[in-house]
Amino acid sequence: MVSPILELTDINKSFGHVQANKNINLKINKGTIHGIIGENGAGKSTLMSIVFGLYQANSGSIKINGKEINLRSPRDSIINGIGMVHQHFMLVENFTVLENIILGFEGETVFGEKLQKAKEDLEQLCQTYNFNIDLDATISDLSVGFRQRVEILKSLYRGAEILILDEPTGVLTPQEVDELFKILRSLKSEGKTIVLITHKLIEIMDLTSEVSVMRQGEMVGHTKTEDTSKEQLAEMMVGRSVLLRVDKKEIKKGETIFKVNNLSVKDDLDVTRVKDVNLEICSGEILGIAGVTGNGQTELLEALSGIRKVESGSIELFGEKISDQNNFLNPRMLKEKGLAHVPEDRQRMGLISDFKAHENLIFGYHDQEPYSKSAILNNKEITEYSNKVMQEYDVRPKSPNLITSNFSGGNQQKIILSRELNENPKVLLVGQPTRGVDIGAIEFIHQRLIDMRDKGAAILLASVELDEILSLSDRIIVMFDGKIVGEKENKNVTDRELGLLMAGVA
Amino acid sequence: MEFLSDIASLINSTLRISTPLVFAAMAGIFAERSGVIDFSLEGKMLMAAFVAAVGSYYLGNPWLGLLLAIIVCVCLSMLHGFASVTHKGDQVVSCVAINILIIGLTTALAAAWFGQAGLTPTLNEDQRFLEIHLPFADVLRDIPVIGTLYSDILSGHYVFVYLAYLSVPLVFWIVFKTSFGLRLRAVGENPSAVDTAGINVFTMRYKALAINGVLIAFAGAHLSTAVNANFFREMSAGRGYLALAAMIFGKWHPKTALIACLLFGFTDALQIRLQGVELPAIGEIPVQLIQALPYILTVVLLAGFVGKAIAPNAIGQPYIKER
Repeated sequence: MVSPILELTDINKSFGHVQANKNINLKINKGTIHGIIGENGAGKSTLMSIVFGLYQANSGSIKINGKEINLRSPRDSIINGIGMVHQHFMLVENFTVLENIILGFEGETVFGEKLQKAKEDLEQLCQTYNFNIDLDATISDLSVGFRQRVEILKSLYRGAEILILDEPTGVLTPQEVDELFKILRSLKSEGKTIVLITHKLIEIMDLTSEVSVMRQGEMVGHTKTEDTSKEQLAEMMVGRSVLLRVDKKEIKKGETIFKVNNLSVKDDLDVTRVKDVNLEICSGEILGIAGVTGNGQTELLEALSGIRKVESGSIELFGEKISDQNNFLNPRMLKEKGLAHVPEDRQRMGLISDFKAHENLIFGYHDQEPYSKSAILNNKEITEYSNKVMQEYDVRPKSPNLITSNFSGGNQQKIILSRELNENPKVLLVGQPTRGVDIGAIEFIHQRLIDMRDKGAAILLASVELDEILSLSDRIIVMFDGKIVGEKENKNVTDRELGLLMAGVA
Repeated sequence: MEFLSDIASLINSTLRISTPLVFAAMAGIFAERSGVIDFSLEGKMLMAAFVAAVGSYYLGNPWLGLLLAIIVCVCLSMLHGFASVTHKGDQVVSCVAINILIIGLTTALAAAWFGQAGLTPTLNEDQRFLEIHLPFADVLRDIPVIGTLYSDILSGHYVFVYLAYLSVPLVFWIVFKTSFGLRLRAVGENPSAVDTAGINVFTMRYKALAINGVLIAFAGAHLSTAVNANFFREMSAGRGYLALAAMIFGKWHPKTALIACLLFGFTDALQIRLQGVELPAIGEIPVQLIQALPYILTVVLLAGFVGKAIAPNAIGQPYIKER
């Protein structure tokens, strides 16, 4: 029997008191696409960083082609034919493609012959894999999809036989994902081995031949992809059965309660990020905003929630103008008028991570009865309330005195959600509600949003997860370069159609 | 003709005055391109001046004094690295600590060794660097223009002046034409990219700081063993900060940093030239105002023109590999 190209035995790794990997065993066969799936924080990235030599395991052994190797730094891994495309690209933005690729493997002290040779070799590689990359382009001028290709090219140039990709599709449009998968399949047919780390079940089913599942730092199962299903994998990931589809009632659309007219907004660098946007939301409706990150969704939500100044245009709530370039209501006044906001950057804007859970649970209402009286906090009331909502929102662990940063992403989001939904808002602005949130919590959060809609709230949902937009929204708008480039009723819309709009080509 | 020789002497002193600034700015480029802030140029320059003067006094050879200054400055740079690279301390705090330490240390050591606080004995001709007169300088002096250019501007400088201006193309070449330079720039922009390319981020930053130490030693030695013949208290007089400003004004690029250094040197030369001179219509400008010129210029330039200077992306951030 042929030994696997990569074999991990009893890998352990701790960061302080947190054990990120526990006795991990894994075999990856040559020429396969092997999926590693697990929720955020399951330890997938840590494990692969160990294989790439970036972290050192506390114990365990790594074999390549049956030979035990000691990986002290990424250099050792690269020499042994391991390449990794990280979730956050490891590129120097103001360098050219060529400079980024040769970095660390220049082959000469003073640039000259070898540089020329590298260029020729790379052009050859580009042709072989049909990459279409200009080697002299500066990284900051390239789209995310191209940057990813540069990362792949970099690994191939350095002689990778095993290519690890960490959550490669998170930042891509569906079309870019198609392109990427095409590349990965062609790499496989060239005999390369690919390890795909993801939390998206559909990618595993689409692309891989074998899959390993991780949960809370442990490897909980290996299987051939053809022998399993999405439902089964989800259950392995979470440890219980999960509902993957959102149950949604027929829409009961009310009157328009939130309206945005010709809105333009600038960012901190004085660049116009939202351009002449018009939209309306009715009560009982979820309006989804699809788009690749950085196309103005952030600034739009900030302006609507009163955090960012309106450059021109106006915002109306119940027919009353609440903001234009001269006047605007601050978030507190907006809250009193029935507008709630779940910000997309949970850590920075949604919570004060160093505060205790109960403090975050009432923040913004802390000066109102019953939480305080004559400017003095009423701890008994607060604790009582906290216990109640933590039960109701299934926040785990249910300890109001725990520092917020010790909760998982999903539980932090539940804390925010409970606070924002508590007063039954009429309008709810939600940004990336499930970013970095585990499947179990996603199910819960989605259900809460649907409940709010059924109770008659008008919800604006911005998300870069197309699946989320498609499963929750009644109507979908697509933002590209600050403008709304398309609007669709969510009936028979495909992610491909939206993808074209998101890329600005349709 | 007098006007021409005035200009010549102004250019001559601009070149001389800019010399320590150029060394310090080049030193700063290495540290900051690697992602380490270096406010301690000032302190290191002062220390180099002290060590060079003392070393030269005891060893009788200015080159040995310079060598000692280089060793000490590299050690100080390593100290900065130990605090801010290895132990991920705040880089500015580490620099300020070094600067304060050195002001006190040089004063105290001079008092202990020579009985005078912050003053070292005067060096004789063998113990200091002398002006270099280029060949044929006297013969060519009378040829119009070329003579002035060669004899009055190019000739008659201390060795450091020539070395400073030679260092600029050398630094440019290292930073932009070698693999070391590529790694240096990368480590200041995105250390993770360097780490994942299999290069040790910490080693790179230490190497950059070592070069920084060597270069800054030249600036200090120039002050105490060339233009002056001894060390005196706080003789660096803010040149380290001025050089830092020049480097930022020059956008961390050797060529533009050189221009900024020359600009500062020129205003300083001009203020010396203008002292006591009656200007038409204005009259005599108060000395204090003239002396403040280079500093006013620094503030104006930094506040007004460098608004868009883009620093290396990772500057000031210790590299943390594991969460």
